Amino acid sequence: MIVVGIDVGSKNIHVVVLRDGEVASRVAVPSGFEQEEAARSGLADAVAAAGVTHGDIEYVVATGVGRKAIPFVQHRVTEVAADAKGAFSLMPAVRTIIDVGADEARAIRVDAGGKVVDFAANEKCAAGAGAFVEAMSRALEVSLTRFGEISLESTETIPMNAQCTVFAESEVVSLIHSNTSLKDIAKAVHDAMAGRVSAMVRRAGLEEAVAIGGGVACNVGFVKALEETLDVRELHVLPDPEYLGAYGAALIAADLLVEREDRA
Amino acid sequence: MTEEKHEFWRWSERIWRADGIDWKEAGSITVGVDVGSVSSQAVVLTDGRLFAFCSTRTGSNSPDSAIKAVGGALQGTGMTIEDAQYVVGTGYGRVNVPFANRAITEIACHARGANFMAGSGVRTILDMGGQDCKVIRCDDKGKVLNFIMNDKCAAGTGRGMEVIADTLGVPIEDIGARSFEIDEEPAPVSNVCTVFAKSEATALLKAGWSVNRVLAAYCSAMAERVVSLIDRIGVEKDFFITGGIAKNVGVVRRIERKIGVEAVKLPAKSNLDPQIAGALGAALFAYALLRKEQKAGAAA
Amino acid sequence: MIANYGYRDGSGEYYVTIDTDRCIECEARWCVDACPQSLFAIEADDYDDEVATIAVTARKQLKEKCSGCKPSGGYESLPCTTACLPAAITHSW
Repeated sequence: MIVVGIDVGSKNIHVVVLRDGEVASRVAVPSGFEQEEAARSGLADAVAAAGVTHGDIEYVVATGVGRKAIPFVQHRVTEVAADAKGAFSLMPAVRTIIDVGADEARAIRVDAGGKVVDFAANEKCAAGAGAFVEAMSRALEVSLTRFGEISLESTETIPMNAQCTVFAESEVVSLIHSNTSLKDIAKAVHDAMAGRVSAMVRRAGLEEAVAIGGGVACNVGFVKALEETLDVRELHVLPDPEYLGAYGAALIAADLLVEREDRA
Repeated sequence: MTEEKHEFWRWSERIWRADGIDWKEAGSITVGVDVGSVSSQAVVLTDGRLFAFCSTRTGSNSPDSAIKAVGGALQGTGMTIEDAQYVVGTGYGRVNVPFANRAITEIACHARGANFMAGSGVRTILDMGGQDCKVIRCDDKGKVLNFIMNDKCAAGTGRGMEVIADTLGVPIEDIGARSFEIDEEPAPVSNVCTVFAKSEATALLKAGWSVNRVLAAYCSAMAERVVSLIDRIGVEKDFFITGGIAKNVGVVRRIERKIGVEAVKLPAKSNLDPQIAGALGAALFAYALLRKEQKAGAAA
Repeated sequence: MIANYGYRDGSGEYYVTIDTDRCIECEARWCVDACPQSLFAIEADDYDDEVATIAVTARKQLKEKCSGCKPSGGYESLPCTTACLPAAITHSW
């Protein structure tokens, strides 16, 4: 059984191919300005990497903000549904799932059966998602990876005044000009973002075990800052976190395929 | 006499002085200093009458910006800040005006200044500054009855407009006029957030939109953001607009259209610049507080 | 004077409004202790009246600061609006 999950994000498109329930391939491509074209290209790459052909695919489920832009799917699900499915499958002990992407962040609480009980989102404001840290790293001309790593070296707590990505860019530049060390600024930036994400998590309700996925989960500085702000025993970073949505969508595709076959 | 200095292509600094006033003959000299996040102004009153003002770009240091603004206003007069009998500081950097007797919020100062500049009929003031946007309802004396401010989010502020100006490569002073050089008014840009609006503008250009059309869509979106702020406390005539974006007809005219009220415009011959409303209000507060002090002193 | 503290950003509108004409009459000032985030302070305003204001640093973070008191935070009604005797405080969300 070959099924596919596609997560059409505003920045990147992630594709996961499952063969009999196991991950056969994972591909990420930039969304660019033509989402449909990028999705087709990503799908082609994933199919090739899985060693199958287009004709082998039995079911495709799409999720993500741009899921309506691609026509070649059998079903579409919300990011909340996809994230919950994916995280619960990877970690049945999870009760709070956090997904932090480039433009949006969300927190989902699930019950012991993996059913969604509540959720909250940070959307439409860049300061509440990955775009914030990314913009700061660009303003300081540091790679995003290094920016996260270097924040771990700081022992200072500098609160940021600006709560908007645009204003924060000016603030970090003036901090650098006033000789604040890069590591302290990096920590301040990650702390600020962690504050907004943890407030969002509390809106959904915080219940352990807590897991995090989405592209920003790859940022070690952010994960540490969030762990501190949430004050939990452990913040579990899901494997291949940026593929969480696509993975969940693929699992849903597998379920729907079985359902369809049962009905037939 | 007026002097205009163009230091950045973004906007011009300005110094103005009244003709025919000998400040040494004045009974009282009061000063208002408005240190904003983007620009700073100083206004000097002699006997409550406008003597001089200066509008300059804020530097990285608030006290220095205050000194620079006052220095600009007093340039060539022989007056120094020590000659001022009462100084009020306002704006984002108001606590950092080194020679101020008192700090008063920009809300109260704007209302007072607008009342002086545009008349006692003013009841609603919209100030679109570099890093904030505020709407103030006041009475006929310029006392604040209701206010709302947004300084958290760049959308609807000068910084938001600067980001789009940079993205589209259009000097900020040209945006307003160019936003009307279009065939049909487009729908506003859908994203409130400046960061996302910037990506949206780029995508629209790629999809074949002309720069003017994108400017129009952005000005329309900014006008909508500002109108939602105005709607929260309501608009009553006379309606007056201050702040940097007051000079952007692309945003101003769209706001007027949406709320169905035209803003009062200062007469073309007027020397007053809407950007000095805060500092002017501060100087007027200084004048009133000085007179109060003098009366109390006389009574004692 | 109606003082609206807060902001509107892409995600919504978050204003805490204080009617200072009502606030002036209050001697109890229970709002200051009622808020778990200590957002309220009593200060002299521009017209020299001692009224409640929202702490300057908090004004740009109301969505985060107030989230603990909103329904999902376990509160049924807001501590600040309940504690305010002259009913001077309202929330926009």
